[in-house]
Amino acid sequence: MAEIRFVRTAMLPPQEPPVSQIGAVRWVRENLFSGWLNGVLTVASAAFVVWLALHVGPWFMNAVWNAGSLAECREILAGTDGACLAVIRDRWPQLLFGFYPSELYWRPTLALLLLFVALAPALFPAVPRQLLWFSAIYPGLAYWLLWGGTLWFPVVALAGFAVGIAVFIALRPVLPLVAPFAGLVAPVFWWLFAVVPVTGLLAAVLPVGITPVRSDSFGGFTLSIIIGVTGIALSLPLGILLALGRKSDLFLVKTICVGFIEFIRGVPLITLLFTASLLLNYFLPPGTNFDIILRVVIMVTLFAAAYMAEVIRGGLAAIPRGQYEAADSLGLDYWKAMRLIVLPQALKISIPGIVNTFIGLFKDTTLVVFIGLLDPIGLSTAIRANTNWNGIYWELFLFIGAMFFVFCFGMSRYSMHLERRLKTDHR
Amino acid sequence: MKKTLLLGSLVATGFGAGAATAATLDDVRAAGQVKCGVSTGLAGFSAPDANGEWQGFDVAVCRAVAAAVFGDPSKVQFVSTTGQTRFTALASGEVDVLARNTTWTFSRDADLKFTFVGVNYYDGQGFMVKKSLGVSSARELDGATVCIQTGTTTELNLADYFRVNNMSYEPVPIETNAEALQQYLAGACDVYTTDASGLAASRATFADPENHTILPEIISKEPLGPLVRHGDDEWADIVRWSLNAMIAAEEYGITSANVEELAKGTANPEINRLLGTEGNLGAMLRLDAPWAKNIVTMVGNYGEVFNSTIGEATPIGLARGLNAQWTQGGLLYAPPFR
Repeated sequence: MAEIRFVRTAMLPPQEPPVSQIGAVRWVRENLFSGWLNGVLTVASAAFVVWLALHVGPWFMNAVWNAGSLAECREILAGTDGACLAVIRDRWPQLLFGFYPSELYWRPTLALLLLFVALAPALFPAVPRQLLWFSAIYPGLAYWLLWGGTLWFPVVALAGFAVGIAVFIALRPVLPLVAPFAGLVAPVFWWLFAVVPVTGLLAAVLPVGITPVRSDSFGGFTLSIIIGVTGIALSLPLGILLALGRKSDLFLVKTICVGFIEFIRGVPLITLLFTASLLLNYFLPPGTNFDIILRVVIMVTLFAAAYMAEVIRGGLAAIPRGQYEAADSLGLDYWKAMRLIVLPQALKISIPGIVNTFIGLFKDTTLVVFIGLLDPIGLSTAIRANTNWNGIYWELFLFIGAMFFVFCFGMSRYSMHLERRLKTDHR
Repeated sequence: MKKTLLLGSLVATGFGAGAATAATLDDVRAAGQVKCGVSTGLAGFSAPDANGEWQGFDVAVCRAVAAAVFGDPSKVQFVSTTGQTRFTALASGEVDVLARNTTWTFSRDADLKFTFVGVNYYDGQGFMVKKSLGVSSARELDGATVCIQTGTTTELNLADYFRVNNMSYEPVPIETNAEALQQYLAGACDVYTTDASGLAASRATFADPENHTILPEIISKEPLGPLVRHGDDEWADIVRWSLNAMIAAEEYGITSANVEELAKGTANPEINRLLGTEGNLGAMLRLDAPWAKNIVTMVGNYGEVFNSTIGEATPIGLARGLNAQWTQGGLLYAPPFR
């Protein structure tokens, strides 16, 4: 019989974990000093941050906000190093609105606020679906707010869609094959031949309008946002169509889509912008007022659509063949199969790529400076050319950079939110 | 075949464009404003102020033309153009006149088919160095690193000058003026070269202008002036004589302050003809009789505009130099108003 020497009858009280395994110390050990290489990197990074703060910090701390010119700024600073942020204080309305009449600043502001209202039903599922009607009329409303003039022009232009749908519905029972084409062609004819006389007629009968603002008054972030938002909104549907076209079995459709995508992707955006601003002028008859902003928006949209098409094609390629076959076996036609089964999955996969293209497009809008449009970068040159602010450099770029960061970071965060919301897999 | 036809008709439309713009004055009157191409921003020459109003020496030429045609200097639509877009904008009719510190050269006149109507600023390329370098002449710049804007005539002038004087240099190519100044101040190059007016304007913006010096050598001729398209001499005459009226007004002592007084009639028939109280010079241009008086009243004479935009009283601080009247030893010489 073995002799039992010791049996513990009571549990030991739990001990405090060692100091190195709890709280801040553990976090620091795990995250900052987990090895000698990481330790060195941590020290080096900390030294760099301190160095940066010591060099840039005073520049911000000494910033001058109240001055009428760079010379005055320097007088106030009296030899110390400091930012002359007075230029931002003096010119921020111009950087935001360009040459838009200052008494009408509420119009672009309202258009921007309404943009968020119009986007809400598309972005957040909690918003009532009825708001989609507002999203549908928003383009016309925004155009009217920004450019002003008679209310009837956007109304009549939007009516083109109604005309197309009406023609389609009217013809469908009689000529089912022709109806879709007629529905597509009718609005084009409406826009080409009916909009101007009908607008003139309605405006004469019932004049409703606000002060018109010419395109050359647009500038600064208003211009960037107009070009960016329009390009983003139009390039997604166009990109989806191009991606589907590229995967199509119809030879002609496929060839056109491949040709378009490869051509646009093979040409730098700046070339397209020069084409829009310079080459078109030679071909159009003199006196044609083909708005420069419209020309730029078209080019930017086509450019982004080609990239978008390839991003979405990547998403389409990731869908297993079984999904297409399942859709076919359910008896769905092509458009229903795409709309209900393939595209929802493909677009979800493509979200990071799509948002990537959006952000790239928004930042590319600064390229319009090369064709003489006064976007924020262009305005910074113009502000610097003013004798009061000649010689100022970093302050303007910092402000513009900060503004762009806000927009791009916002888009990026939303895309991550969307990815989490749509996450249905079990990885 | 069809493609050729389409291209052919496009080209034909293009040529039609050239022919149809023959009467620019009528187009301008119909539009109710002069479309004027200006620089997107050049200190003292053209820049929008905080209210978005364009100001500057080149801008004044546009306003003078509007004052002559409409009697209202605000009837100008300013189109900002870059170095790349300016000539196409003028050739395609997007602007009626280009007043954008453009150097009058043979090929721009003859090959690009523009008419330079005169010179509103005689410039030339110069060098700026730090005083600490101890250089007093451009001849001593052998082996220097030079900050230079790419794609400009200044780049070619620089190469010519150093080759003629058998010197070597190391170019630091830079895209914009503002960037070039940052590089120069940061010490990336010993020398910054551009038009002398630009150098003076830039030096005035430095925190320590006394430590920088502009070398006395001017190595090129840069006659800057407004230009219009070939093919409409009537319109070219209007712009040419609007500029001449500003120059002549200064020569005869007509200022915006005394123009009303002088317009009542003077003993000098040249002044009377210029201000429209004698003869019918305005009608010859298809303009109102007081066209030149409007220019002086609303925009000012050449000297007034110079002093208020780029002259010695402004931060730009340019001396008249070559841009003085011929009677003062300068090059400004308006032909007689007769």
